[in-house]
Amino acid sequence: MMRSKVLKVGITIAGGLWLAVSGARAEESIIVQSTTSTQNSGLYKHLLPIFRNKTGIKVNVVAVGTGQAIKNARNCDGDVLLVHAKQAEEKFVKDGYGVKRTDLMYNDFIVVGPPSDPARVAGIKDAPAAFRKISDARALFASRGDNSGTHKKEKRLWGASGVDPRSASGKWYRETGSGMGATLNTGVGMGAYVMTDRATWISFRNKGDFRILVEGDDDLFNQYGVILVNPEKCPSVNQAAGQAFIDWLVGEDGQKAIGNYKLGGKQLFFPNANKGQS
Amino acid sequence: MQDFGQAFSLAFQLLWTADADLMEIIGLSLRVSLTAMAVSCAIALPVGAALGMSRFRGRGAAIILLNALMGLPPVVVGLCVYLMLSRAGPMGELGLLYTPTAMIIAQSILITPIIAALSRQVIEDLHSEYAEQFRSMCVPVHTAVGALLWDARYSLLTVALAGFGRAVAEVGAVIIVGGNIAHLTRVMTTAIALETSKGDLALALALGMVLLLIALAVNAVVMALRMTATRYAYA
Repeated sequence: MMRSKVLKVGITIAGGLWLAVSGARAEESIIVQSTTSTQNSGLYKHLLPIFRNKTGIKVNVVAVGTGQAIKNARNCDGDVLLVHAKQAEEKFVKDGYGVKRTDLMYNDFIVVGPPSDPARVAGIKDAPAAFRKISDARALFASRGDNSGTHKKEKRLWGASGVDPRSASGKWYRETGSGMGATLNTGVGMGAYVMTDRATWISFRNKGDFRILVEGDDDLFNQYGVILVNPEKCPSVNQAAGQAFIDWLVGEDGQKAIGNYKLGGKQLFFPNANKGQS
Repeated sequence: MQDFGQAFSLAFQLLWTADADLMEIIGLSLRVSLTAMAVSCAIALPVGAALGMSRFRGRGAAIILLNALMGLPPVVVGLCVYLMLSRAGPMGELGLLYTPTAMIIAQSILITPIIAALSRQVIEDLHSEYAEQFRSMCVPVHTAVGALLWDARYSLLTVALAGFGRAVAEVGAVIIVGGNIAHLTRVMTTAIALETSKGDLALALALGMVLLLIALAVNAVVMALRMTATRYAYA
């Protein structure tokens, strides 16, 4: 019958389409549970092809907030953890989920805001003092509110400022509960101050008229660390490939590649694996 | 609103140059969502037909439940599938998390109730027309099911397309179980989410337009197949 012929043709086309788009993927690969800033800023796009050329290992990056990345790694859903919350990372290793934590690179946090600067914080170096002024002025502040590395740092700075912003949650303190980029979009949209890492800010394309208002405090230091997920806890971990990736990152070649990554002439991450290991 | 104009020209540019990354993402979107649609149809059409034809106690409750499941939130489906497929979960051994297969599973779960609920209604309406004839000719149940599914095929095609539309447009489930990994599990919707979070709203919008075009193309292909089939049937 004609109609069954049509059906057959349809099925053949669909099957052909399937074959065309599904390629064999048998090469060696690892999964990196990562913070978002390293992906959004384009760092992985710069690093991973270099590493792959050298070793043939494909690195699959799952970029979520630091909090979720650690949680996923605890579930053994990754081989390597690359995040920026030193205390949480050390706890991860201490609890037996990670083999060893190594410093990888750093940059810094900044506070961006509207040019009208309602709380008059522009140029203040002392971050907790700036936070206090924002709270005194009841100026809008958009927080990640998602337990990410940036959010943890922000909470510590509020602690140092002696203000409990959560009592004003929903009023001037707005917890977006989402990633850095989404929070910046929200902040720019409602004219709220936002604390962000510098790499995400430099690469962010929807800045509006926002500018950097607070920077340069030692407290705003942002250290990234890298950890191999413990194969004893998680037998699925690809130990050899994961360790090869970490060794390359903290070695001379990887550190140089990190330092070489620039956006608009600005260096986004500063390698420091060889200073102060823990 | 210069973003819209910019997005238009960007979308055109990406398609015109057949941007390799974009083609890969489009291919994966189609592969995942079409497979999910096929899997869901295989499960949901018989279920919908059975429910549409039979009368039993609690049928009303079953229909209400099925209709309610059409509103399954993608994020919740994603979370449940993640917990199942995670290495720490009951099916972790399979190593399916962060693969296209995981995304197909999540989307299938998401759209099976939609296809089942809508096909139940279609079959039930048709069955009320045919029921007497079936009875008088003593048609066995499985033959009746086959006849109903076949005669309702054009309506059911629309039902399947509704399922495809839902699958290809959702982001909540695939971003959790797929992980939005470049060159592995990145599909149109997760790429849009990523570009939005990078603040590149024009590119995000351009990808959105491309996604709409894909849906348009799939529907056009199905329509063309259907028209060809009708022509042969009445020739």
